[in-house]
Order: sequence, then structure tokens, then C-alpha cells
Amino acid sequence: MNVHEAEHRYHTLVVTVENKSGVLARVASLFARRAFNIESLAVAPTDDEDMSRITVVVDLESAPLDQIVKQLDKLVNVVEIRELAPGQAVERELMLVTVTAEPDRRDEIVEHLDRAGGKVLSLGTDRMMLSLVGPPRRVDEFEDLLREYGIIELQRTGRVALPVLDDALD
Amino acid sequence: MATEEMDGGRALIRALEEEGVDVMFGLPGGAILPVYDPIIDSSIRHVLVRHEQGAGHMAEGYAHATGRPGVAMVTSGPAATNIVTPLCDAYLDSVPMVVVTGQVPYAAIGTDAFQECDTTGITQSITKHNFLVTEAQDIPRTIKEAFHIATTGRPGPVLVDIPKDIVDPANPRSAMTWHGDVEMDLPGYHPQTAVDLALIAAAAGLIRAAERPVLYVGGGILKARAADALRALAELTGISVVTTLMARGAFPDSHELCLGMPGMHGNYTAVTAMQESDLLITLGARFDDRVTGKLDGFAPEAKIIHVDIDPAELGKVRRPDVAIQGDVRVAIEALVDELSGNGTGDADRSAWRSRISGWQERYPLAYEPWAPGEPLKPQYVIERLRDATPDDTIVTSGVGQHQMWASQYWTFDHPYTWINSGGLGTMGFSIPAAIGAKVAFPDREVWAIDGDGCFQMTAQELVTATVENIPIKVALLNNSYLGMVRQWQEMFYDERYSEVSLSSDVPDFKMWAESMGCVGIRVDDPDEVDVAIAKANEVDDRPVVIDFRVAASEKVFPMVPSGASNSELMVPGFQEGQPR
Repeated sequence: MNVHEAEHRYHTLVVTVENKSGVLARVASLFARRAFNIESLAVAPTDDEDMSRITVVVDLESAPLDQIVKQLDKLVNVVEIRELAPGQAVERELMLVTVTAEPDRRDEIVEHLDRAGGKVLSLGTDRMMLSLVGPPRRVDEFEDLLREYGIIELQRTGRVALPVLDDALD
Repeated sequence: MATEEMDGGRALIRALEEEGVDVMFGLPGGAILPVYDPIIDSSIRHVLVRHEQGAGHMAEGYAHATGRPGVAMVTSGPAATNIVTPLCDAYLDSVPMVVVTGQVPYAAIGTDAFQECDTTGITQSITKHNFLVTEAQDIPRTIKEAFHIATTGRPGPVLVDIPKDIVDPANPRSAMTWHGDVEMDLPGYHPQTAVDLALIAAAAGLIRAAERPVLYVGGGILKARAADALRALAELTGISVVTTLMARGAFPDSHELCLGMPGMHGNYTAVTAMQESDLLITLGARFDDRVTGKLDGFAPEAKIIHVDIDPAELGKVRRPDVAIQGDVRVAIEALVDELSGNGTGDADRSAWRSRISGWQERYPLAYEPWAPGEPLKPQYVIERLRDATPDDTIVTSGVGQHQMWASQYWTFDHPYTWINSGGLGTMGFSIPAAIGAKVAFPDREVWAIDGDGCFQMTAQELVTATVENIPIKVALLNNSYLGMVRQWQEMFYDERYSEVSLSSDVPDFKMWAESMGCVGIRVDDPDEVDVAIAKANEVDDRPVVIDFRVAASEKVFPMVPSGASNSELMVPGFQEGQPR
């Protein structure tokens, strides 16, 4: 799958929900019941303590976007759904990774890390823990790069997104 | 308004009273016990059921018949799981219902306490919404929200789970203050009933141009109280109407524009008119697979106007040419205004009308007549019952062959006279649903048309009917088989009958009925049918069960085989070979 196909296949929804117990389960069970596939999902409270925001990347091969949005909207606890088409969203993801790093290869890894804009969080005798925040594609590329050194453990957050500013100066 | 200190249990009952609840169906148990105490002093009638599934279907029957939300109340754990089937049934058929379940005390939730189950978790995907109330103070608001959600937009079941401690006066957590004017807090719930008039104009344009239009109407017509509006639209435009299984009675069967039921066991004309149509005006219907048959062969030349209160139905199954979200009655009235004001067009539909009447002449609903020595025909029983009961008789049914025959051979001329389980297909629905309808309309005749398989699933509620003085009547079409499954095995499994034979000796339905306080009658021959019905009609102080012993070999026709296109509709043998 090339980048273009991936951009059309996956679509980001930013879903504002009431911050009540069980709401995430309702969203997740809706996706399961209607056979909608989730590529990634991140959830956290917003600046309004009564509301949480779920950023969900949906796979449009499993169902049309229109159906996914309308079914989500039927959940009583879902307050707002924003569809962020590719190009309309600023997306970021955090990766934490522990990678094999023999002393003679550390410089190389740090060089890659600097280029990607990541940080060294911790240094062991033969391994390093790194972090990287960036657009999901850059995180993917960095993950691929680390594979040849030997990934010991890796955790990604799933992406979060906000719409691009329509009066952006940059 | 003055405030009042009270406990959560009293507040719950008072909140139900303020919603206008006049009857609820239920069965008490440990966790819900404190709420049953204030029922003694309440204006609400409580009907004590024999199984919680019965309570749920009774609430559905009440709601179907009245349009008001049905209410059921049961305890936690097994009682909650017993009412899962009616919740799912109400969800699939968009029935407004509020179910209150007891729950273990809040602090015990999650400990696998006695009779604990995750009721809101279990029912999440089969309710329109559900609530676990954690504070006594939240009870009035939650009840108000539950009724609002159940009855507005696309109606549906709402469950309210109530931990015991917040309703038990002995527990300080039950203390609360009653305020008269509680505000709902539903920031994510805004059902839209208004329609877009530009889309109404676009729909009217398609209607004016159509040469072979059909009004395809579903249960939404009944939910929206839109039967009168529909009739005005049909008569204004002269367009024929098919009424789905959930919409029988929404348009009078006796009306010249009524083509009857479409679908897997629809009549030839209704199925074929949809199939050959160039415009399906779809009103409160959802292109169910039992209506469309094989989807890619369904009504291939038809443009689609689709009106639904639920936006998710628009385009879910078949892509509409004009999609109108909103209340179907509002939409129909707007269409009538538009078509009255700007004309209904001058499309020539004479050829279409003559094709329709040709199908009606060649392929009427029919069965092979009875011959001496043969067992009784189930269709005949329904025809005789239909002719011997008042026009406003409410008919409920279970699920299977008897349901299809009832839908086919009854004449439904009034809305809200046909109550059945369409979406979920719940066997055992008819008796409790009939009880719910009869409670709502004690002065009307209510007949449950049932099968012997269904009867054995919920017959115990006839005890409820007797004890609570709810004199329903049951026409049991007893062929000693799981008849619809038998029919499929005969037609599609080389007559290999696997686990479909129910004993013809036991139970003795007459004795069983009598043991439950009903009048029991057994009928074996056609000439006993009218006598038995007349005898049943004379009884009004207790339920009646007539055990009609009918032919096991009788099959439901027409039939679209599962997975086939509606163009492959099978007609009964004696109609084969005629020009289609």
C-alpha cells in the first residue's frame, strides 16, 4: 500500500464524549458490533472536565465513513464528532522504545534520533530508551529504522489530532 | 415548587408516576425489594408476571398498542438476563420501553456478589441507551432522561440499573431531596424531526416523473402516528402501497391501493411490484434482508426516496437518490403540501396499473382448499377468526409459520391492530404481548395467534392473565412441529427432518390451559372451527385457549428462498406455470 492509498483508507475522527464511566466501552463495543475496524484509538479528558476526547483512526475498508459517523452519533454520550480528512489535521503520536545499543553503535542511533527529533530517556549498558513525538508517518519510519538494531520493547500512544488552523501564519 | 425529603425508592416510583405511567409489568427480588414497598401506595398498576421475559414482552405489547412507553421492573442478576431478549426485541423493532433493574449495592458492584451481573454491560448494544444510577439524588433526572430517550427520535428501549443501597430507606445513601423541576442533562442527544424542504421538492420531482412508483412503508409509519398522512399521500398520488411485516395496518388492507405485505413471504403482487418499480418511496422502512431478498437483485431499476428519523438508516443498505432525515409524518405532510400545491405530474401509469391488477388476478394469496379426510388448514382458521371478530381486534403473534399466515390472511384495516416480533423474531412473543395490549385496551378483543413451539416458551404468562384478570384469547395453530424449520428442511434439506417434531400427544394443551385458569377448547375438524370461536367470543372473564390441530405438511407461500433474488419468488404449486 502506498502513502496515497493509506491516506484514503484511514480517516481520523475526533469524538467529544461525556466524561462518564463506561463511555469508552460504548464506543469500542459499537465498533465491534458493527464490524468497523479501528486502526488506533487515544482517549483523554479535555480542558472541559465534563468532556473527554477520543481520537480514533478508522479503517474505511471495513465500512463507509458516513455509516461510522452516523452510528457513533447515535450514542447518547457522544456530543460532537469532527471528521479530519487527511491534510486537514495536525496529527501527533508519541513512541517510547527500548532498543539494543552496544556501545559501538550508540552514536549511530543518537544520530538517527537527532535527525528525527527524538530524545534519549535512559541509557543502559547495552540498551537505550528513546522517545519520539511526531507525525505518525515519521514515527513509523523511525520505528523501521530501529528495527535493524533490535527493538526490545516498544509502546506507541496512537495518534491525537486537531484541525489545522485556517489562519495559520506558518 | 416545594422540595421534599424522601428515599430513592419512593423517588423512583414518584418519578414513574410523573411520567404518566399507569401500569408496569414486573417481578420483585432481593435487589429491587425496596422499590416494591412504595408500589403498594402508588397509583401505578403492577402486573406480577411469572417470568421476567414475560414482563418485557408485555411492556412491548402495551407500547405497540398505545404508542406510550411500556415499563417493566425486575430485580438484578438472572432477572436482568431474563429480560435481555425483550430488550433486544424492542431495540430491533424500535419499541419505546423503559426497563428498571435492581442491582447489588453500589459498593458491592464488581465483587461477584449474589445475583450480580453487569447489566448495563450486557445490554449496552441492545438498548438505545442505558444508565447505572449511582446516587439517589440522580434518580428523578435519570428517569426523566430515560423516558425522553425511549420516546423521541427513533424510539427504543432504555434500561435504568438501580443499586439497592440508593433505594433502601434503611441505608443512608438512599436519602435524597425531591425537587419538582428536574432538568435533563443530555448534551449529546438532539433528535431532529424537521425535514429539509429542498429535499421534499426533489422527492416530489421524482414522484411526478415515475411511471412505476410504489410506496414502501415500514414500522416507522406507526411509530410516527403517520397512518392518516400516508393515506392522504397515497390517495393524492394514486400510488400503490406495500406494508411490511412491521407496518401491517398502517394502510388499510381493504383499500384499493393496498398491495399487502412484501418480502420473503409477501404476496406475489407486493413483491413483484417492488421488484419492477422505477421508484420506491421508502417511508420509515429499512431495507431489511427479509424484504429485499438478495440485495444486488433487489428492485434493480428503482430510484429510491428514503425517509427515516434515524440518519444511520439512510444509505446503510441501499443508496438513496433522495435521502430525507426527519419525522416521517412531517415529511409525508410536507410531500402532500408540495404535491397538492405544485401538482402530482402527468406520468402515464395506466400500463403499470394494469400490470398490477394482472398480478393480483393471477396470483392472489391462496392455499389448496381442504378436502374431506384431510387435517384442518391453518389459513382457514385465520380466515374464520378474522371474520368472526370485530374490526378493531388486536392480533399478536409469535414467530414462524403462524405469524406469516396471520400477517397474510388477516385483514388489517386499522393501525396498531397487529403486534409481532419482526426484527429479532422472538418465539414466545405473542402471549405476553397480547397481555400487554389487553391491559392497555381492556374493552377490545385481543387474540394471540400462536404456534405450538412458541406457546411452550411463554405459556406460563396465561397464569398471570388469569390471576390479574386480563382475558386474552389464544388461537393455537398446533401442527406439532417447529413448522417453519420443518418447511425449510422439507424444501432445502431433502426432507431430512432434524429435531423439529414436537409431540402431538404431550402436552395436552386443553388441560394445560384449564390448569392455568383458562377455558380450553380443542378443535380437530373444519366444521368445529366456527363453533369454537363463537364459544371463545362469549367468554370475557378469563383467558381462552383454542388448540386448533392443523396440518403439519402445510407450507407458507409465496416464498423467496433464503439468499435468492425476489424475482425467484416461489408460488404454491397450483399457481405455477401462469404468465408472470
